[in-house]
Amino acid sequence: MPDIDPITLAVLAGRMEQIADEMDATLFRSAFNPIIAEAHDASHGLYDAATGETLVQGKSGLPIFVGVMAFAVKAVIDKAARDGDLAVGDTYIFNDAHIGGTHLSDMRLVRPYFRDGEVFCYLASVGHWHDVGGAVPGNYNPSATEVFQEAFVLPPVKLQRNGEVQQDIVDILLRNSRMPQSSMGDLSGQLGALDLGIRRMDALLDEYGVDTVKAALSALGDRAEALTRAEVSELPDGRWEAEDFMDNDGISDEALPIRVAFEVKGDRLTLDFAGSAPACAGPINIALPTAIACCYVAIKHIFPALPANAGVMRPIDIRIPEDSLLSADFPLPTGGYTETILRMIDVIFSAAAQAAPERVVANAYGTINALSIAGRTAAGKRWVMFSFYGGGHGGSSTSDGLNHGNAPISTATIPPAEILEAAYPVMFRQWALRPDSAGAGEHRGGLGAIYEIEVLEQSAEAFLFGERGRFPPKGIVGGADAALNAFHYEGEGGWHQPPLVSKMVGIPLKKGQKVRLETPGGGGYGDPAKRPAADVARDVSLGYVSPEAADAAYGTAWREAHI
Amino acid sequence: MSGKMIGVDVGGTFTDVFVLDEDAGTATVAKVPTTRPDQSGGFLDGIGREVSDLATVGTVVHGTTAGTNALLERKGARVGIITTPGFRDALEMRRRDRRATWGLRGDFDPVVPRNLRLEVPERTLADGTVMTAVDVGAVREAAQALLEAGCAACAIVFINAYANRDNEAAAVAAVREIWPNPHVSASSEILPEIREFERASTTALNAYLQPEVAGYFKRLEGALRDDGFGGQFLIVQSNGGVMAVDTACRLPIRTALSGPAAGVIAAGYIATTAGHPNVITGDMGGTSFDVSLIADGETVLAAQTSIDFGMVVRTPMIEIATIGAGGGSIAWVDKGGLLNIGPESAGSDPGPVAYGQGNDRPTVTDANVVLGRIDPDRPIGGKLKRLDVDAAARAVDAHVGKPLGLDTLTAAEAILTVANSRMAGAIRLVSIERGYNPRRFSFMPFGGGGALHAGAMLAEVGLARAIIPRYPGVTSAMGCVIADMRQDFVQTINALSSDIDLTSLTGTINGHLREGTALLDAAGVRFEGRDLIVELDMAYVGQTHTVSVPLPVEVGQGGVRPPTQGAIDDAFDQAYQASYGRLLAGGVHRVLNLRSAVVGRRPKFDLSTLAPDTAGDIADCQRTTRRVHMGGAWHDTPIYTRLTLPVGAEIAGPAILEQPDTTILIEPHLKGVVDTFGNVIIEAKES
Repeated sequence: MPDIDPITLAVLAGRMEQIADEMDATLFRSAFNPIIAEAHDASHGLYDAATGETLVQGKSGLPIFVGVMAFAVKAVIDKAARDGDLAVGDTYIFNDAHIGGTHLSDMRLVRPYFRDGEVFCYLASVGHWHDVGGAVPGNYNPSATEVFQEAFVLPPVKLQRNGEVQQDIVDILLRNSRMPQSSMGDLSGQLGALDLGIRRMDALLDEYGVDTVKAALSALGDRAEALTRAEVSELPDGRWEAEDFMDNDGISDEALPIRVAFEVKGDRLTLDFAGSAPACAGPINIALPTAIACCYVAIKHIFPALPANAGVMRPIDIRIPEDSLLSADFPLPTGGYTETILRMIDVIFSAAAQAAPERVVANAYGTINALSIAGRTAAGKRWVMFSFYGGGHGGSSTSDGLNHGNAPISTATIPPAEILEAAYPVMFRQWALRPDSAGAGEHRGGLGAIYEIEVLEQSAEAFLFGERGRFPPKGIVGGADAALNAFHYEGEGGWHQPPLVSKMVGIPLKKGQKVRLETPGGGGYGDPAKRPAADVARDVSLGYVSPEAADAAYGTAWREAHI
Repeated sequence: MSGKMIGVDVGGTFTDVFVLDEDAGTATVAKVPTTRPDQSGGFLDGIGREVSDLATVGTVVHGTTAGTNALLERKGARVGIITTPGFRDALEMRRRDRRATWGLRGDFDPVVPRNLRLEVPERTLADGTVMTAVDVGAVREAAQALLEAGCAACAIVFINAYANRDNEAAAVAAVREIWPNPHVSASSEILPEIREFERASTTALNAYLQPEVAGYFKRLEGALRDDGFGGQFLIVQSNGGVMAVDTACRLPIRTALSGPAAGVIAAGYIATTAGHPNVITGDMGGTSFDVSLIADGETVLAAQTSIDFGMVVRTPMIEIATIGAGGGSIAWVDKGGLLNIGPESAGSDPGPVAYGQGNDRPTVTDANVVLGRIDPDRPIGGKLKRLDVDAAARAVDAHVGKPLGLDTLTAAEAILTVANSRMAGAIRLVSIERGYNPRRFSFMPFGGGGALHAGAMLAEVGLARAIIPRYPGVTSAMGCVIADMRQDFVQTINALSSDIDLTSLTGTINGHLREGTALLDAAGVRFEGRDLIVELDMAYVGQTHTVSVPLPVEVGQGGVRPPTQGAIDDAFDQAYQASYGRLLAGGVHRVLNLRSAVVGRRPKFDLSTLAPDTAGDIADCQRTTRRVHMGGAWHDTPIYTRLTLPVGAEIAGPAILEQPDTTILIEPHLKGVVDTFGNVIIEAKES
């Protein structure tokens, strides 16, 4: 491998990042379903020709995909090696979460990029499709016990041969979706993003030559590793532990522990999840690729300067116990992976906060709260309103937490209430911040939210896949925990709570009846006694904190304070 | 046309004045320091330098950063919001985004705090049905409470008001009865468009600016009138058009990107006049590089922008892509050994190391100084006497050379190479990524620093040529004089193209036309012609992002004729095909919004007014020779005084052309030619 000068390297780093960013932008613009178009639940990048490791990934895609896509590409590399028929113009497609990570809603397209008759690298595109079959519209089925109840499962198959789309495959995909037109739109957008990536790589290699770009890719991996070692070595040596619990697996009402040991030795970091719960019956299992990718997300939050490059992981050992819910085997369901990895991030933060409190934020609200409401209009038309809901971020050494933010694994924005009301027969009675939902602290958490939704026509059914109904988001460095997630629905005799608190399928709703979701805030940072009384008084005057809660958390000094 | 035309652009550091006297066939420029906090001092001072009698002035046009600054510095008014039950927090909850993808830090303070957002009984449904009529008594009580809390402006934001304005109209009438000033607005007046957060934010930010910015405009107008000015006073909007000062007082949010927009307008006019209607502008400031694309003389408009995290403004504005690579951007090597430029910037204070004002980390400007591309004895702007080359070299050495194992000159070139590559990335973003072939485009740098990097942009992106306007430092002020008058309107329709009520759609278009025409008439400005531009935001059903679909309309007696559904569908197919290169068989079309713009075309001035003489000896314009480092070697480089170069002069690189506010670098393989308008056109030698 020839050496590369530092100037060309810096230029090429920017050029390749721009290619991945542009692939992201292409899909966001052209995708049909709002989960990709608005919530950016998608990702693109360049991956190593031999190992599938991430070389470059777009900045605007979903954070969790940064680590997970390497596994998807590796699955295709292995499949192509078995079949021995990899050719120019091939594109593979699959959604099998057990080999590619995350969940079955994420459709992965992987295409080899050939140069001079050899695979130079792989390009990949992943996007969350609106519906891929299964028992529940939108595929968040909290009562699934096998992947087959979540969605149809597609192993890696050739979607394109010699550039030709295999219509048979497309027909299978569309026939297995409740929203075939949306699927077709997204598929076509993802192919467009890959086509664009190929054109841009051609231009880049024409300009700089294969050897220079290869040298740059190799150097970028080394530098990512060096940067990571430099960051880790700034942490004190030691071993810190943390544990937290999942409410239940959606099947039986038993709490499931997630445990981590965060161990620093010089410039190496070990994350050991020994002691976490065994694989469970329900869909909060995750596959091994997901668990590893999740660790990457947590690490990048602690060290935001690290690049999206596999070199970051070289000095980091991740130990996931076999047969745990963090490495579940096929066909155990994994549809609720978002909930489990949010808890993994929470425990990593809680452990890291003991090592370096100033680098870490307290727990965010910690649940995606996938709530879908489905029914038929008075005219008989089927509708499915599917969305994720926001909550508070944790306090940090530098500020209070953000009110109503998105989940740490995501950068998704929420659709406007007006767009939802225009599209579905529902009315939001409340779309508000939730007072007293944040953990107190020197820097308190951000507030969660209250969403109250009324059904306006006929009848409907609601499906909730949430968490944090029994175990609240934690504060760090003496900060207090946030409020629990709370879901209620109207039925016979008034308001009810799901038996499993945060998960339920098929809640029947009549016209005029409501559901009410109250999401947690973020955990607090630092001892509440250190919060200036004027800041507490301001929190009370704005209604973020009730006077009673302020007295309990901070004492009564605020009552004399001037804002 | 009677009287002089004056354009005034107030920037962060300087206030630029451009005075055009068409009768005399002259144009003059002045640059004075911007005054703070009240910018009117510099404004009047600058005009006074060039014009002794304001009675001789027909039009004053102002490009302003007053609104932008008030937003960025959070110096707007105390505002109250009256809103729908259950929705008082919509402004604060945003769209559930966060500041940065990684790190999860930072909170958000909305411009209207929670205790000044009050709910009153009312509710309209998405289809426009009023479920609960507004309780005007409760509205009055809320307004009274807001007044008692010290609010200077009031915004009324009801859910689904885009679909039916009745409740908002009743509420706003009730508030206006008791509110002691004109700063009361309803969201359906400011932005009758679906999406409650974007509408609430735009309305609240407008209210936030109203007292301050309207006061500023009124002070300026009063001072002008006191000095005998009897003409029209106009304000540049973010969309690149001007509006009457009264409209600006009502809709100050439309000035959020006023200054940069005027610059782009001028660039488009200069380039088109010079025979190059495809141009990419690059405004290089201290902390950022702002890029905008003009195709066939037309600017590209964006629907919204964020002034800061959570401060969304949704009004049409000239699309400007910004990256953090300006003259003051700091070069640094990260812990992994990779050279980076920015986003941290030394700005203009303390500024680059060479300024000697306390910064010791190398900037892009320092690299230019070390390589001899900037004359250390004649710093731009006239504030400093001399630049410290040695200090700049030491900083480049310590922070880039040493960590990367490069000598000082190679390290300085490395800084420029990486900075140029980032700047080229911004140009690729607005051109190649939008499907435009850069070989068909020219690059026009303006602002102080861009002309040093023009050659690099040609090489990196493959642009055809660079056009350096005669006065790159006052481009925005010139744009003020050139800009057309423009009023934008929007109305959410949200119907399938097959179900759309064409009569009602036409009625809305005609309403926009009437209102826009009335505003043009009231401004008292002479127009060469008027245009009505109608566009529909459309998508396939199920799709989120819309495409902007131009709808051909003809204005006749009594307004426009109704379009047919076929015409709407055809227009969609055309626009969709152009954007995505394909159509979806059997896809159903949805019309989300109607957008109309009423434009009054103002007479353009003759740019050759600015041109230098055709006579003159090029050799007389050469001031000296200096060693300049380019392409890895020192070159003895002739230095020319740019403004005295005659029309037709051809200067072969290597050369540097200097003028008070800009340094132009012509690299060895390039040449510069002074065209008939005084622009310098930089192209490859052999072409």
